[in-house]
Amino acid sequence: MLGRSKLVLGDKSFKDITEDICAPLETLPGKPWLMMFGAAKTTLLFYFGVLFYIAYTGMGTMGVSHPIMWGTDIVTFVFWVGIGHAGTLISAILFLFRQKWRTGIARAAEAMTVFAVMTAGIFPLMHTGRPWLAFWLFPYPNQRGPLWVNFRSPLLWDVFAVSTYATVSIVFWYVGLIPDFATVRDRAKNTLRKNIYGALSMGWRGTNRNWRHYEMVYLLLAGLSTPLVLSVHTIVSFDFAVANLPGWHTTIFPPYFIAGAIFSGFAMVVTLMTLVRIGFPQIKDYITLDHLEVMNKIIMTTGMMVGYAYGSEFFIAWYSGVEFEKFAFVNRAFGPMGWSYWIMVSCNVISPQVFWFKKFRRSIPVMFVVSIIVNIGMWFERFVITMSLHRDFLPANWAVFHFKFADVGVLVGSFGMFFTLFLLFLRAFPMVSMSEVKPCLEVGRDGGGHHE
Amino acid sequence: MSKYVSGVVGFIEDDHKLLAAAKKTYAAGYREFDTISPFPIHGMDAAMGLGRSAIPWVTFFAGLTGCSFGLWFTWWTSAVDYPVNVGGKPFMSLPAFIPILFELTILFGALSSVGAMFILNGLPKVKPPVIDPDLTCSKFALFIPETETGYNPEKAESHLKSIGATDIRRVAEF
Repeated sequence: MLGRSKLVLGDKSFKDITEDICAPLETLPGKPWLMMFGAAKTTLLFYFGVLFYIAYTGMGTMGVSHPIMWGTDIVTFVFWVGIGHAGTLISAILFLFRQKWRTGIARAAEAMTVFAVMTAGIFPLMHTGRPWLAFWLFPYPNQRGPLWVNFRSPLLWDVFAVSTYATVSIVFWYVGLIPDFATVRDRAKNTLRKNIYGALSMGWRGTNRNWRHYEMVYLLLAGLSTPLVLSVHTIVSFDFAVANLPGWHTTIFPPYFIAGAIFSGFAMVVTLMTLVRIGFPQIKDYITLDHLEVMNKIIMTTGMMVGYAYGSEFFIAWYSGVEFEKFAFVNRAFGPMGWSYWIMVSCNVISPQVFWFKKFRRSIPVMFVVSIIVNIGMWFERFVITMSLHRDFLPANWAVFHFKFADVGVLVGSFGMFFTLFLLFLRAFPMVSMSEVKPCLEVGRDGGGHHE
Repeated sequence: MSKYVSGVVGFIEDDHKLLAAAKKTYAAGYREFDTISPFPIHGMDAAMGLGRSAIPWVTFFAGLTGCSFGLWFTWWTSAVDYPVNVGGKPFMSLPAFIPILFELTILFGALSSVGAMFILNGLPKVKPPVIDPDLTCSKFALFIPETETGYNPEKAESHLKSIGATDIRRVAEF
């Protein structure tokens, strides 16, 4: 029988795990963290400025104009929501499949999910043009009749899907954090720290009568999050697919979007984890090269799935015999905005192919570069899909999309928001789930792996 | 919120020994005892004679409630309270309402399950007494409370010694 490789390197004891993972919370940040945080926070402040400029002046500051009425906001919304999916896949779906390797990366990946969804949520609100009226999106008794929201609209389904996803992801993440907060509380030397983490831990004490309900609720949340995460990107794809537009109105969209979401999300996890390993060297024993290699395999697999979707879209456009459909696709690849199509294909389909080689799968610089290329490609995938609008049924309407300052500003700025939150997370919350890693300590050790 | 009780605690070396100790304690007739560990231990529920957690029932009925509420609400707002003709679609467009029903099922199910977990576990507890700060880090212990039928601290101590506890303490409240 093949041996299993160790999930936690370096022959740790339970105490060592606690020490390693609590260290970033209990020491002052070093220079690299401060520099990254400074950069992220500056970008975040810039983002606030851009958002204020757009909200104050109006949507004319962005590139959207007739006939391309969906622009950077929608593209970047789908981009960030998609990134969130990998976190839920790791924390919920791999949990149901009893994949023990998930324990090392689940916490950070879930944090990524929560922050990515928060980042994404800003964009549809900005796109409405009047973000201060965003509460109109929810059905509430009002003085206009009451006039209710239109439940037949995919855009409203999206409101429900994304807000449910955000809520359940935060709850799932928080429930996972409770025992670890208790660990931090019990180690705390000063009263303030003890009180803050004591409140966060809700007075958790690790008795089995509590673990019993806790484990059940964790399993249930994993079971509920699994269909939820698949539904979210399905419904995001409905924003496009339910519209009667060539290039959008296709049944392949839900699985295609989900594969793309997992693809880009895993790429973001790899980007973040390689950086975390540099910033916190002790984490290398928990987020090992084996973890990264497995994720690179998933990136390559899902990359080929989206590649298959690109091909099958083209085939069906031809096979359907609908000339509008055919035109939409030929125009995507060879029209005036064809450059974005080829960025998409080369980033998403070609670049992950380097992971056929084990040497590259296990090379930190290679995976770092590829993961960033993949995310560029996935942003352009959503751009390409949205830009189906640029040549509609009336040639007199045809136009191309021009990026304006605000378009680039929100895209760059959103990374500031995401990284600010993520860097704070690394310093305030245990970045690896201690209570989940500790039972996996024996995996791969002599005589270990199974304990009943 | 549950009141704290006094009792006797015995520290056990590791998770495997704690599981064996819990089995022996259950066999010796103890029913109210608890084990404390930094992580959940497979098989501990059975060793302590605890059944399956009842939370799945909460999830099921809360999910059902969410789904029914979604069905009623979409129907009432779209077809009864203020029907609006949208592109000639039926007022009661069930297929289009499915995503709303689904999301509300998940939302109600998830939040109620977590709420039930908090209630069943007596959380949140404000500054609960902690026996040893390392119990959430690296130590394992078995606690016999005073509420145990026929509780006798000396007998409990000798039982803990017999199951291999390394460090036995009396606890004023836990």
